[in-house]
Amino acid sequence: MQQYILRRLIQMVFVLFLFSMVVFTVLRLVPGDPVAAQLGLEASPEAYDQLRQEMGLDRPIYVQYMVWLGEVAQGDFGTSWRSRQTAISLIQRRFPATIWLTAAAIGIGLAISVPLGIISGVRPRSLLAHFATFFSLVGIALPSFWLGLMLLLTLAVSLRWLPPSGYISPFVDPVMGLKFLAMPAVTLGIGLAAPLTRFIRSGMLDVMNADYIRTARAKGLVGRLIVLRHALKNAMLSVVTIFGVLLGSLLGGSIITESVFNWPGIGTLLLQAIQQRDYGIVQGVVLFISLIFMTVNLLVDLTYAYLDPRIRFQ
Amino acid sequence: MSTSLSADLRRENLQSEGWTTRSFSFIKDVLRNRLAAIGVLIVGGLLLVALFAPWLSPFDPNMQFASDARQPPSSQYFFGTDTIGRDNFSRILYGTRVSLMVGLASMAFAATLGVTTGLVAGYYGGWIDTVLMRTMDALLAFPAVLLAIFIIAVLGPSLLNAILAVGIVYTPTFARLIRASALSIREKEYLESARSIGLSDGQIMRRVILLNSLSPIVVQFSLGVGYAILIEAGLSFLGLGVQPPTPAWGSMLGYGRNYMSIAPWLTAFPGMAIFVTVLGFNFVGDGLREALDPRMRRI
Repeated sequence: MQQYILRRLIQMVFVLFLFSMVVFTVLRLVPGDPVAAQLGLEASPEAYDQLRQEMGLDRPIYVQYMVWLGEVAQGDFGTSWRSRQTAISLIQRRFPATIWLTAAAIGIGLAISVPLGIISGVRPRSLLAHFATFFSLVGIALPSFWLGLMLLLTLAVSLRWLPPSGYISPFVDPVMGLKFLAMPAVTLGIGLAAPLTRFIRSGMLDVMNADYIRTARAKGLVGRLIVLRHALKNAMLSVVTIFGVLLGSLLGGSIITESVFNWPGIGTLLLQAIQQRDYGIVQGVVLFISLIFMTVNLLVDLTYAYLDPRIRFQ
Repeated sequence: MSTSLSADLRRENLQSEGWTTRSFSFIKDVLRNRLAAIGVLIVGGLLLVALFAPWLSPFDPNMQFASDARQPPSSQYFFGTDTIGRDNFSRILYGTRVSLMVGLASMAFAATLGVTTGLVAGYYGGWIDTVLMRTMDALLAFPAVLLAIFIIAVLGPSLLNAILAVGIVYTPTFARLIRASALSIREKEYLESARSIGLSDGQIMRRVILLNSLSPIVVQFSLGVGYAILIEAGLSFLGLGVQPPTPAWGSMLGYGRNYMSIAPWLTAFPGMAIFVTVLGFNFVGDGLREALDPRMRRI
């Protein structure tokens, strides 16, 4: 087990390294001069040179990269090229909003998909099963931003039940916080639930036909007991298996959903930075997101390896 | 001479997999699935719309009828007009072109690059395999939308770059698929016989491995088009895709969002268009998967 952990850690570090190099180099190749962006076109050549020296842009690229790596190791993810704010401070301010959104979406997604998936796997011919299939087919094809916009249109604009945008931490004000959270979380959650329902259902179908279920039935165990115990366990296992992939689509989906609802999270931070050509922030945020993503993936893989010993010996 | 040889090898493979050479019954299988039939109708309709958009549109999509701005759907403007008086219906028809172009071109790119990579990696093995597939794994390690956004941030927003971005994101899927196929075929005898007859590496890769792996590639292609269209719409919505004034469903949604309370038809119809398109391609892909791979269980 420890060997597996070590192997995965090394893998992760390696990929991160590679990725950071790519991010760094590629962003330096983009046209657009950060110095000019800060000073404008009117400044004197001396001011240009001084700022360039201050930002360290006059040194060769590999030196810049080393310096940047050192900074990252100390927790400095870079500075905005426009406002001199550090990426870390911006990320810190906005990360909680994204966490709330993601957590709520996962909760909603699981709450929808696990029951639907299990029931439609156990009773494949029932009305609910057909509904589940319909739901997942529709949900997979539905653009999440359109769903969000339609929710906004009906619940916020027409009916005025919920506020169209805004954020407050539910720790600070639970009622308002949840009201703000409701629509974005449902939007993201449904996008999550649709493929997950399908996946859990197919996992359930596999299990229901498995030999050990038949044996248990033959031995005379009560049907409902088998179903509840094995079903839940297998559904959870299915979720863990696919969790890494789901996390990816969750991250992507959250960027778009945040944009729809003007949710002040990491996604909108990244988008604004791109639109403003503030590559210092883009760099830092992309690296941060990758770090989080890979860490969570690693934890999921480790959990899975712990639960299923066959994986460790690949 | 060599064509009859590859036909022999192909027939042998099909028979060993339990198929008949009269495999055009699969079209019947596909159509037997009602959803797939609906999907084919939708996709066919979309292709026609994309091709004949100039003739089907009542108005030029960029022509502004300032006096008729912000009109709800009517008999003159079927889907209403936007805030500067452009006909929504015509813009949606023209938007089909962008979506289909990005969907099909990006998948073609991903399939070409991915299949080549997977073929080479699977066939030669060794360090070539390791290097290529580790690169593919690294690409797969990142969330698709994030990667696409990042590529666009670097290359700049445009139709071509959107195609490239989505194509790059999807390449590893094809690479993995065909590498698995190549690995399994490597074990079988007809590879030996092909080589003993004197086929070159390239010929073997193309004729033996590729021909026998077509069905998963086709399925993945069809499903991927739907996925590509969704990602492209998302990119356009964020302003990172096709740039105005070219009509694209995603950017129409992004634009219409600002006027939701006064002109909700500007968001309803483009979104519907995206939804129906992706649904159609998904139905076709699922139908193909059921028809082409009888061993796969119904999901």
